[in-house]
Amino acid sequence: MTEEKVIVANNLTRTFGKFTAVDHISFDVRRGEIFGFLGANGAGKTTATKMLTGILSSSGGYATVAGFDIKKHRNRLKKNIGYMSQKFSLYEDLTLKENIRFYGGIYGLSKKETAAKTGEIVERLDLKQIENTLISEIPLGWKQKIAFSVAIIHSPKIVFLDEPTSGVDPITRRQFWNLIYEAAENGITVFVTTHYMDEAEYCDRISMMTEGKIAALGSLHELLTKYNSKSMDEVFIKLAR
Amino acid sequence: MIAIQNISKSYGDVKALNSISFRVEKGQLFGLIGPDGSGKTSLFRILTSLLKPTSGKATVAGFNTVTDYKDIRKIVGYMPERFSLYMDLTVEENLKFFATVFNTTIRENYHLIEEIYQMLEPFKNRRAGDLSGGMKQKLALSCALIHKPEILLLDEPTTGVDPVSRKDFWDILKKLQKSGITTLVSTPFMDDAELCDEVALVQKGEILKMDTPQNLANGFPHKLWKIVSENNYRTLKVLDEFETKISAFSFGNSVHLATGDDVDEQAIVNHLKQHNVKLISIAIIKAHIEDVFMDLMSHEKGSS
Amino acid sequence: MKTFIAFVSKEFKHIFRDRRTLIILFGMPVVLVTLFGFAITTEINNASIAVLDRSHDSYSRKLIDKISASGYFNIKSELQSFNQIEKSFSNGKIKLAVVIGNDFGKHLITGKNAEIQIVTDASDPNTANIISNYLMAVFQNFTTESGVLPPSNLKIDTRMLYNPENRSVFMFVPGVMTVILMLVSAMMTSITIAREKELGTMEILLVSPLRPWVITIGKVVPYLLLSIINAITILLLGLFVFKMPMHGSYLLLFSEIVLFILSSLMLGLLISTMASTQQTAMLGSMMGLMLPTILLSGFIFPISSMPVILQYISHILPAKWFIIIIKSIMLKGTGFKPIAFETGILAFITIVLAVMTIKKFKIRLE
Repeated sequence: MTEEKVIVANNLTRTFGKFTAVDHISFDVRRGEIFGFLGANGAGKTTATKMLTGILSSSGGYATVAGFDIKKHRNRLKKNIGYMSQKFSLYEDLTLKENIRFYGGIYGLSKKETAAKTGEIVERLDLKQIENTLISEIPLGWKQKIAFSVAIIHSPKIVFLDEPTSGVDPITRRQFWNLIYEAAENGITVFVTTHYMDEAEYCDRISMMTEGKIAALGSLHELLTKYNSKSMDEVFIKLAR
Repeated sequence: MIAIQNISKSYGDVKALNSISFRVEKGQLFGLIGPDGSGKTSLFRILTSLLKPTSGKATVAGFNTVTDYKDIRKIVGYMPERFSLYMDLTVEENLKFFATVFNTTIRENYHLIEEIYQMLEPFKNRRAGDLSGGMKQKLALSCALIHKPEILLLDEPTTGVDPVSRKDFWDILKKLQKSGITTLVSTPFMDDAELCDEVALVQKGEILKMDTPQNLANGFPHKLWKIVSENNYRTLKVLDEFETKISAFSFGNSVHLATGDDVDEQAIVNHLKQHNVKLISIAIIKAHIEDVFMDLMSHEKGSS
Repeated sequence: MKTFIAFVSKEFKHIFRDRRTLIILFGMPVVLVTLFGFAITTEINNASIAVLDRSHDSYSRKLIDKISASGYFNIKSELQSFNQIEKSFSNGKIKLAVVIGNDFGKHLITGKNAEIQIVTDASDPNTANIISNYLMAVFQNFTTESGVLPPSNLKIDTRMLYNPENRSVFMFVPGVMTVILMLVSAMMTSITIAREKELGTMEILLVSPLRPWVITIGKVVPYLLLSIINAITILLLGLFVFKMPMHGSYLLLFSEIVLFILSSLMLGLLISTMASTQQTAMLGSMMGLMLPTILLSGFIFPISSMPVILQYISHILPAKWFIIIIKSIMLKGTGFKPIAFETGILAFITIVLAVMTIKKFKIRLE
């Protein structure tokens, strides 16, 4: 694996008044890596993710994502990242095809490219019979898979996933993770924010935030050994207490 | 305490519950485990008398959920799917309000919520909207407990909270159980199953299987292998071509492979080697509830 | 009773902790009344008028002097014929013309009907209204001062050019009061109930021994109180800042206001039984209540000049009847009897709405 770094964060900080939500965090994420970004409710992971995706400005420190400074090149940064959350994914009142066309449009894909991508997604996920169905009528599990495919429609360097599989049945969840693995194989870096430990265990490397700081960072195996635990749940509880 | 007989619920053409039956005994901690959209919330609303079933009958503490709804509403503590609190009232005001609504006072049943409330005490003048997810969850539980209900109905109480709060929450439920409260709890987390006395695995409005967590895990019908390798994704792909496999699913950074009893370790190791997978370890393991659930699901899928 | 008090106090906490609600509740009445008050100014100084004296006797001269001496009017020209009236209006020179009929003095003395015609430019109806009202006052003075003659002998014929139906003077205080009471009572109650449904707290309230009437009345009482406070604020503003006359009984006025508030509250409750989100409740009360109230109640557009269908629709609006009632009490000083019919209708609407709400109230989620 080449040591190309897709995210570099250096003493990244964000304060809200007197409260420091993100407190001098430093880490990097390699190309093609599946990076788990964990933390308890209110540990600062949402704030950090918002800064990395250019939605929120930082109060201190420095970070680049996909090679772009998060402060100076916000717009170019946004073109090179994908984003998917459980809450925001697809327009329920548009059909599958219309959704793909819309997202193709906002990321500046040409008509031809969009058509090609649509065909590719429909074929890979085996959606031929529902391509003109309204999203609201499609089961949750399928929606998640479609949402992920749409999030990487513009072949971003990195895709941010926010609790992508909470509430999904275990088989669909694994099918979903297979899509993520596939994307990673193709060189797309995957950044997963979650507090569901089973999602975390699929990641190549895991970072764990507590009180605005990164308390631990390493592969699942490294963390389990270091904290003498059987599961990420245990590591989490040891760290958060 | 809870008896459900052939309950079905439809919304137009959509069948949310399809002839579900089970019983929860007094003092039991019963888990309803299944993904979103499996009909758990509809069932809770039927039991709390908020919805009428399309067909079938349910009783809670002997009261019929349709005809005796007034009685049920006195003895049930209910925590809906979202933490339903008044976000603009403080912690204390919320608790006081719900106590009054149930014709009681905080002091009268303080012993029930004492332990939870001690964790909330430092924030008692904070508005509920400003609490963290875990704290909201504890406050919602306190509000559901304040009138000393005989039965607790908790709809996905651990969704949206971190593992620490989740663990605290289950500890509390266990303690409540000792004081004689019957609890029916739903959750999408398979891990939570092991903490219940009995669980029903639900999917698409039907019960796949119902038993104690131990029996469910022991009842896994295949040989199960845990395979740790350098690259899970590759391993899974390679195992796709392993002829005698029954199923292969990733579990964290390992793969769980189910096979028939006649398959031995060497055959698997050889197959992986042939396809250049760097094996780290392989072992026979006991099934997890999630293995059981997926196995049952794939039967369902196959049959339909 | 304890649960009821707890419920009401919770409701007040919601209200006082939400800045937006507070602004709508207490800022809006003051802002609206002031806006309307100054936009429709009631002060008239030196309004240009013309006089056509067809009588030319000492009484008519006296009247003209009186008009000119009042200080409110500036007699621009004395016309010679009817034809000149129209001309003067279209030149924009005058706002009003007074025509004194033939043998004015003779008719006054002999007890016959002495005729005066007032012609106004009602393309600016409010000004026209106000000027002609001032003029009326002058005429009243004139007849009493000239002694001997009972005022009924003076027959004044007012003609509003361009908009013959307009007859509203102090419309805005009753109108604004109606709109605000409707807004506070109907919209706010429907929104708070919808909010409980949206948050999921309604589920808990339903699954509690709380009786449905406690939930309903508990939601209504705070807004009833606030609406009464609002009504008083608007009345005080109208009476003291805008010198709105008040000829009738305060007790009667107050009772009618409470009745109207109740009808609006019932409407709000009815909307809330159908709306499951705050947004639906808001839109429902906006489109279903606010707009018809503003447009069809006769507050801005006179009902009698509306198409027949809209006139029928206006009959079912509580606001229409309420405006008639308030105007009668405040301006005409009528007692209960003349407005018994309108009050009856208002009460009937309220009862119908209450019954519908009770029938629609769900003890379940479906």
